[in-house]
Amino acid sequence: MSELLRVENLTKSYGRQRGCTDVSFELWPGEVLAIVGESGSGKTTLLNCCAGRLAPTGGSVVYETRHKGLIDIHGMSEPERRFLMRTDWAFVHQNPRDGLRMNVSAGANVGERLMAVGARNYGNIRNAALDWLSRTEVDPDRIDDLPTTFSGGMQQRLQIARNLVSGPRLVFMDEPTGGLDVSVQARLLDMLRDLVDRLGLSAVVVTHDLAVARMLSTRLMVMQQGRVVETGLTDRVLDDPQHAYTQLLVSSVLQP
Amino acid sequence: MRDETITGETVPVPESGYNFAYLDEGAKRMIRRAILKAVAVPGYQVPFASREMPMPYGWGTGGIQVTASILKPEDTLKVIDQGSDDTTNAVSIRRFFAKTAGVATTEKTEEANIIQTRHRIPEKPLSEDQIIVLQVPIPEPLRWLEPREVETRRMHALSDYGVMHVKLYEDISRHGRITTNYDYPVMVNGRHIMAPSPTPKFDNPKMGNMPALQLFGAGREKRIYAIPPHTEVKSLDFEDHPFSIQAWDEPCALCGAEEVFMDEVILDDQGGSMFVCSDSDFCQRRRDAGHKGPAVEGDDT
Repeated sequence: MSELLRVENLTKSYGRQRGCTDVSFELWPGEVLAIVGESGSGKTTLLNCCAGRLAPTGGSVVYETRHKGLIDIHGMSEPERRFLMRTDWAFVHQNPRDGLRMNVSAGANVGERLMAVGARNYGNIRNAALDWLSRTEVDPDRIDDLPTTFSGGMQQRLQIARNLVSGPRLVFMDEPTGGLDVSVQARLLDMLRDLVDRLGLSAVVVTHDLAVARMLSTRLMVMQQGRVVETGLTDRVLDDPQHAYTQLLVSSVLQP
Repeated sequence: MRDETITGETVPVPESGYNFAYLDEGAKRMIRRAILKAVAVPGYQVPFASREMPMPYGWGTGGIQVTASILKPEDTLKVIDQGSDDTTNAVSIRRFFAKTAGVATTEKTEEANIIQTRHRIPEKPLSEDQIIVLQVPIPEPLRWLEPREVETRRMHALSDYGVMHVKLYEDISRHGRITTNYDYPVMVNGRHIMAPSPTPKFDNPKMGNMPALQLFGAGREKRIYAIPPHTEVKSLDFEDHPFSIQAWDEPCALCGAEEVFMDEVILDDQGGSMFVCSDSDFCQRRRDAGHKGPAVEGDDT
């Protein structure tokens, strides 16, 4: 077995501004990696570079494709990368409005990936949409409603359904529970953990919420000012933080 | 109703002071280059430097520029709007070219070698020595789903067309069938998705493997595209909701034709109406040949 994703010395700078510097990590099949850190620490930049949405300034992102083995995703042709992004990969945005088509129905949103890779049977597409709506706990009766009529939590679950319908192996999530109230957050996390478990997904989750990291991830990476300052098993890092910044982060969590 | 002076019986003298067919030669050459490129890549939208024409955008400035660029003095021109030769737009465009180019004009489909149209493709099949020019308001079939021009161009370049079916899916889920009745998206030559302008989907099958050259001009959006003769054109659909064309329950009230595209004509304010052929030339010729529809049955006047 080889790693699914290997990131080596990834650097992204925006002119003189540093996004992330010299980041390396490996992601193994079935593993969930959380990236935590304060605002502006380069978490999202790193995620976008890994997901092929942003070209890095230096370093490489190598992905284990199903048929061709390890390939540098930034060296791929654009059609290949687009195909990979909508079949093997999923990207869950913090704001569901960024990841959904707001002017078409929930069913069309879920079916889009299938149609993009050539599904041409309306009945089958609709059944897949119904199946995924119920798996993400969206009432299947709402299949023909616009996402604008959905609550925030439902929109987020719809976004997840839309992403998972193509059976991806790797999911990128950018603050998947950001902006939701705590009870909805808890249900969403439950659902995500269940799906990740059942489907054997690998995931890279960016969050500033240590509880989310604790619940979802197996491994944790702590970033500060664009650099990775500490990495390890989630429980180890959170229970026994070594780096000064991680210690600050862990001790800053409010206990109700 | 018919303007006899411009229908081909007399060839008018072009008005002095204008270059042949209004546009200057440099502009025509530029447009011809765009047309050549469009023919070489069927269905691809070629940008061109659309000129100001002496009429507002939306009245067919794209089609007129294409026609002006391909027109020769010995050509015979037919102009139709909604299938009809005698609506305002058709009459004024025909008059425009009679005045500025002095070309012969006609209403008879087979006599014309250039046909400019807004919506319809004539019922009578076109031949290899004819060119049909369509006026296009919105050339981008992906615009409804993707407002960014940069992104739609990239989607065309990568043949990344999955979203097009999202629109059709949406139709079926809302109405139980594909309700797109005009500007129905087509795949040209297995490569580019193309908007057939406001043409009713009834005419989509005619576009496939047509012997005549089809040119599309969008003046406001500054795009020209083409379907070369004998090119495959496929209307998008689902396996379980195949593409189908409109059908009418009754024949044409005037000429009795069936399986043609019909217009509903309101007769009174009591809800009375009749269906007549949208192709006025086709209908007139059938009536001249003695065919009668239900509205004129037994009426010998």
